Amino acid sequence: MTQFRFRSDEPVADPAVTVDSFGEQTNASAVRLEPGDEARDLLPHLDRLKLIEVNFPAYTDGRGYTSARVLREAGYTGELRAVGDVLVDQLAYMRRCGFDSFAPERELNVADAEAAMARYAEVYQPTVDGRSPVWAKRHGIGQHG
Amino acid sequence: MYQYDKFDQALVDARVADFRDQVRRRLDGSMTEEQFRPLRLMNGLYLQLHAYMLRVAVPYGTLSSAQMRMLGDIADKYDRGYGHFTTRQNIQYNWIKLEEAPDILADLASVEMHAIQTSGNCIRNTTSDQYAGAAADELVDPRPYAELIRQWSTFHPEFSYLPRKFKMAVIASDTDRAAMRLHDIGIQIVRNAAGELGCAFYVGGGMGRTPMIAPLIREFVPLDQFITYSEACLRVYNRHGRRDNKYKARIKILVHELGKEEYTRQVEEEFAHLLTQNIEPPLAELERIKAQFTDPAYDPSAPDALDRSDPDFALWVDNNCVTHKQPGYIAATISLKPVGGIPGDATSDQIRLMAGLAKEYSFDECRVTHAQNIVLPHVRKVDLYTLWQKLDAAGLGTANLDQIGDIIACPGLDYCSLANARSIPVAQKISERMAAKEQEIGELKLKISGCINACGHHHAGHIGILGVDRKGVENYQLLLGGCEGADTSLGTITGPGFDEDGIVGAVEKATDFYLANKQGSERFLDTYRRLGMAPFKEAIYAKENAE
Repeated sequence: MTQFRFRSDEPVADPAVTVDSFGEQTNASAVRLEPGDEARDLLPHLDRLKLIEVNFPAYTDGRGYTSARVLREAGYTGELRAVGDVLVDQLAYMRRCGFDSFAPERELNVADAEAAMARYAEVYQPTVDGRSPVWAKRHGIGQHG
Repeated sequence: MYQYDKFDQALVDARVADFRDQVRRRLDGSMTEEQFRPLRLMNGLYLQLHAYMLRVAVPYGTLSSAQMRMLGDIADKYDRGYGHFTTRQNIQYNWIKLEEAPDILADLASVEMHAIQTSGNCIRNTTSDQYAGAAADELVDPRPYAELIRQWSTFHPEFSYLPRKFKMAVIASDTDRAAMRLHDIGIQIVRNAAGELGCAFYVGGGMGRTPMIAPLIREFVPLDQFITYSEACLRVYNRHGRRDNKYKARIKILVHELGKEEYTRQVEEEFAHLLTQNIEPPLAELERIKAQFTDPAYDPSAPDALDRSDPDFALWVDNNCVTHKQPGYIAATISLKPVGGIPGDATSDQIRLMAGLAKEYSFDECRVTHAQNIVLPHVRKVDLYTLWQKLDAAGLGTANLDQIGDIIACPGLDYCSLANARSIPVAQKISERMAAKEQEIGELKLKISGCINACGHHHAGHIGILGVDRKGVENYQLLLGGCEGADTSLGTITGPGFDEDGIVGAVEKATDFYLANKQGSERFLDTYRRLGMAPFKEAIYAKENAE
């Protein structure tokens, strides 16, 4: 179940397929990346992808953060959904890496989640979320990303 | 030194609120200990054998006197009146209550300090040369570069759940005083043939159970690209570092298994891509930071002569002080290794005293060293005798820097839940046994770890000691020939281990053999390197009563 979604377009109804079957099903528009999958393998197909799910079997495995950022850096604009062991205190980092929907396997406390996502008004690094890092504000450099 | 602006302060203040909320959710049961664990670790809070331990970050080891005083006050208010300075230039408190930890963070934030990322599988506190800004041999002050890394690495969203912890060090002298090549990334600020400053990148060093010396993967990264290059190094590691085995998860294993060439190729490829992403802070940001590390207002007429008529003082000067780049000044190290003491421990009164001396005699600044001592970096030579008298009166005048009593030791089984053996009592016994011969022996770096994780840097000791558990009994292995610095080498195990008294005796036999066989002004390490392991081993394991 998608619990948080930060997009206004219609959610994709198709089920996400594995990277292996995605290669065979040329009409699939949704795919699921496991931590060991190479996100860059999807880059030739970004134009037909509407949903990429990135699975976190354990929240301690941070490979999905790199997968997400790599996809956004390559220009992917479709839905990027974190699924699996997604917890309150990882949401803000995930959003910074480009995730815009979240389907935690255990439902999160909404108030806690919203507080955690809103807590940091400042960030030190530019990523793919368009937020201006502190150094850009210090030196009057415009909106990043 | 660096001072927070409103942005830095806002981030640290938000962290206090964040952690306070996490503790609340843990205490009310909405978070399990398993879910809470990595969060508290990313804030330096460990559950140890007897209590929580809090590790406070001291970025590149630099502290103002107000910050140092706060560390003393925290020791009184929340702990048992002392703190422990660590090999990563931080300070730890050993008797912390979980519910009070958010208040400690708030107190720290009031003096521009925090405990962010002092543990966990993320980028840790960046370390540097303890004489930065004072050393006569440095190219530039390395700390502005470390500060830029601090900011870039703080709450880095992509690199907070790495395969394993990640430690960086920055130096700017050919003499490496920060064990730079024993870090996950070691950076040396260098000048290229065109006279420009840049960074030499060494990647994949570390201690632990598989010690490795980091290879050089790039000789020169321009200053307006080094954050991007760091990001590329980290991204390749986050993507491909091993996660199947905690003991093979450090970047050194990845670099070793891929080979330096292949790892470097992948980094360069990622670097080329990341350069298109405009993630590098502008040079103006580096300049802004550098402007806060300018030289203090030295007294240009400070006399360079030193009255050495008090022999105890003269000994302390010779052992504990180093040449300063400014005539009339000296950098003085306060040893936290009194004979029979606990290495790196200081009482709250001692911490506050050192804070006051830093204010009075060292332009409001002091440093924590990776050898667990405190440096007053900019002392006028004319003030040095008075300073030493005040230190001596407080039990802080020990003249043993880099000598056998200046032992690096981890907390060991007295505190640490990972340890296999006690480190502190072994350090205390060696310190007591060897005190009388200390000056005769001269430079000898002795380092003790209470388990294979090597927090006590035993691989890099001229004499290293590793505590292991052998069928439920503490056993100590002896290593010889390790060294950090420009001529970095890893120690070799002498042979069978010893019990607690046996290891003290073995150290004495090794040093007696050295004293009997040294040539000229050789240090222990030099004699070992000249003669090799065999004769030392023979001396160490010789039967006492052999005919």
